Amino acid sequence: MTLHLAVALEGTGWHPASWREPEARPTALFDAGYWTGLVRQAERGLLDLVTVEDTFGIQSTRPSEPDERTDQVRGRLDALLIAARVAPLTSHIGLVPTAIATHTEPFHFSKAIATLDYASRGRAGVRVRVSARPDEFALVGRRVPGTRAELFGEAADWIEVIRRLWDSWEDDAEIRDAATGRFVDRDKLHYIDFSGPQFSVRGPSITPRPPQGQPLVAALAHREVAYELVGSSCDLGFVTPAETADIARIRGEIPGSPLVFGDVVVFLAESAAEAEDRKGRMDSRLGRALVSDASIFVGTPAGLADLVQEWHAAGLDGVRLRPGSVDHDLPQVTRGLVPELQRRGAFRTAYEADTLRGLLGLPLPANRYAAV
Amino acid sequence: MPRKQIHLAAHFPGVNNTTVWSDPASGSHIDFSSFQHFAEAAERAKFDFLFLAEGLRLREQNGLIYDLDVMGRPDTFTVVAALAAVTDRLGLAGTINSTFNEPYEVARQFASLDHLSAGRAAWNVVTSWDAFTGENFRRGGFLPQEKRYSRAKEFLAATFELFDSWQGDEIVADKETGEFWRPAGDFAIRTDQFDLSGRFPVPRSPQGRPVILQAGDSDEGREFAASGADAIFTRHGTLEAGQAFYADVKGRLASYGRDPEDLKILPAATFVLGDTDAEAQEKARHIRYQQVSPATAIKFLEQLWNRDLSDHDPDGPLPTVDPVVGENTIARGRASVRMHRDPIATANEWRALAEAKHLSTREVIIEVTGRQNFIGTPGRIAELLDEFVQADASDGFVLVPHVTPGGLDEFADTVVPLLQERGAFRTEYTGSTLREHLGLKPAPTTSGKDFSSH
Repeated sequence: MTLHLAVALEGTGWHPASWREPEARPTALFDAGYWTGLVRQAERGLLDLVTVEDTFGIQSTRPSEPDERTDQVRGRLDALLIAARVAPLTSHIGLVPTAIATHTEPFHFSKAIATLDYASRGRAGVRVRVSARPDEFALVGRRVPGTRAELFGEAADWIEVIRRLWDSWEDDAEIRDAATGRFVDRDKLHYIDFSGPQFSVRGPSITPRPPQGQPLVAALAHREVAYELVGSSCDLGFVTPAETADIARIRGEIPGSPLVFGDVVVFLAESAAEAEDRKGRMDSRLGRALVSDASIFVGTPAGLADLVQEWHAAGLDGVRLRPGSVDHDLPQVTRGLVPELQRRGAFRTAYEADTLRGLLGLPLPANRYAAV
Repeated sequence: MPRKQIHLAAHFPGVNNTTVWSDPASGSHIDFSSFQHFAEAAERAKFDFLFLAEGLRLREQNGLIYDLDVMGRPDTFTVVAALAAVTDRLGLAGTINSTFNEPYEVARQFASLDHLSAGRAAWNVVTSWDAFTGENFRRGGFLPQEKRYSRAKEFLAATFELFDSWQGDEIVADKETGEFWRPAGDFAIRTDQFDLSGRFPVPRSPQGRPVILQAGDSDEGREFAASGADAIFTRHGTLEAGQAFYADVKGRLASYGRDPEDLKILPAATFVLGDTDAEAQEKARHIRYQQVSPATAIKFLEQLWNRDLSDHDPDGPLPTVDPVVGENTIARGRASVRMHRDPIATANEWRALAEAKHLSTREVIIEVTGRQNFIGTPGRIAELLDEFVQADASDGFVLVPHVTPGGLDEFADTVVPLLQERGAFRTEYTGSTLREHLGLKPAPTTSGKDFSSH
């Protein structure tokens, strides 16, 4: 079974004090070059994909309103547009921006991800996220959300719509038939006629079927409702085992057979002591030890390689790394972890496919609307 | 006094009834390489900006998907953000609808785009109201007539408030003291159509706000543009009509405390080039026949007649029956049918034209559906464009080539150097932002003084 590696890009890194590290470039966060540089770095490490994190509102440590903290990064750019801006300047790595299903139009996102797939020649995906924060509802003038089950149900509908829209043009719909003057064969364009509690969408898409047919759909899941979404709607799930022993149980709770990657926050250095020092410095600036939904690894690239292989052997298809301080820990991944895994014969030494689905070993899907 | 400078924009020829897809040179209007080719030609020629239109539902006629024109287009924001990666100076203008989007989301996207393009974003604000397109969206789409411009105004004003919620000096990022920022972005917007509050997440972008473009020939559209847009698109083809429009719109600016140069007037312009004027005329005639195939002629006819004419002979005379008056049911959601205000009178004009010139149905359609604006040698076209601008019929043009993706190449290589020789068009970019290319003042940092107060 092939081992897959992903990196999750979030600001200057996943540690809230990472922006104060010597290598960090907090004032570059709003420049295209910053993001292009990071994704190219990940591509030099032959990683399968990057996810670009996003939230609908601004970052906050409070559960239902913006905070007044001035000592952490606040402000961000739209993840989809970052991925689009990077697409023409990269050639093999998958680009998976975050979309907030709760507040966005599936019609817009379907064509946006299709277009990212065209701009990247088959390397697009989307990581779907639910928003339950009341302050994010207020940004668009909506009333406060229903239950968790309703929000996830809406996200499942959202994914169903974007998927149907991707298929709403058959691959050979454009005929350019000069004899009859017809540009398309309208029998190969399909209304999707989706109807659900939150929205109804008629279709077809305005964008033809993208190169991958179905770009990758992913979600992060911590428990059952989200596991259900991953299993029934996604190609890839990100999960957060606290230890290796959790992996079999988590896989068992996810229905179907999507790919599953384990998330881990990483602080890396030449020696374990140096890595501990780095994390300790960031923790002291934070005023406490870092708390994360995902497991935290502090140590050497070789130590991380052990963990990655252990998780892989325990049943995960891959690992999504969340660099503690991206300008330090991403190079540690690409120049330390990846060569180590290659030495062990556990990771690719060259890209073996041109599309994201190809890298992940997913077949080109049949169109649900095409006549058999 | 230095010569008045021409501003040039390039409209990507996608879904548009002037786009000729049957030409052997016609390539993909979806593949990114086509957009890149087109953008690179525009930037090589030092154009102000590239322009993308948008339509959010595949067009239909007689209840069937309209299959005769180029159809399908990529997502505007996504393709424009990708184009920012392959160009350095060219402005990037996207059409984004104010009905089927949220102000918060659109402001977030445009502010992000402006950062990611280092100050080259422009927004063509359009409003639709048809329930037909609304079937693709959460909101639906219907708006009563009197709410259409008010929603558009409230929408634009809301985005301005969001853009202006950051002033540009909030991010300190002092690693020593640990101060990242001084909190900003708070907003609360309560209008007839919107009730939004929270904190805007995107720091002020290089242009402050995207350049605002507005299409509109109606009185309301002109007023809307005069109150807050940076450029207006029009369709006026003749010098006299252009001058009248120009004087009218520029005359409206003072009442909003704006100067004449604060709003650029950019008519759409089609063109056909040839080695001689006669050759260009012959090419233009050929292109018109490509643009209006026999099947297309019948579809145009149906849009005015508002009835099924699929059995009508395109090479025969116009129908003897009259158009169906009333709500247009044959081509729902099509902007073009709204031009037909009095269908019977228009039909009679067409009949008179057919009789006077002995024209078939198809030939009538070719006559009445916009011939090319500028036809001739590169020298002749450079002269005409410059004359138009120097005579205050416009501040420049949005060029609409008819072939994807190479339709701009010849113009860029032959006409632009002649405009440069005349001293009427830049030979190098002098600024880095689109606002600078267009000679616009920096965007205000406080909402309320401008657009939103009207």
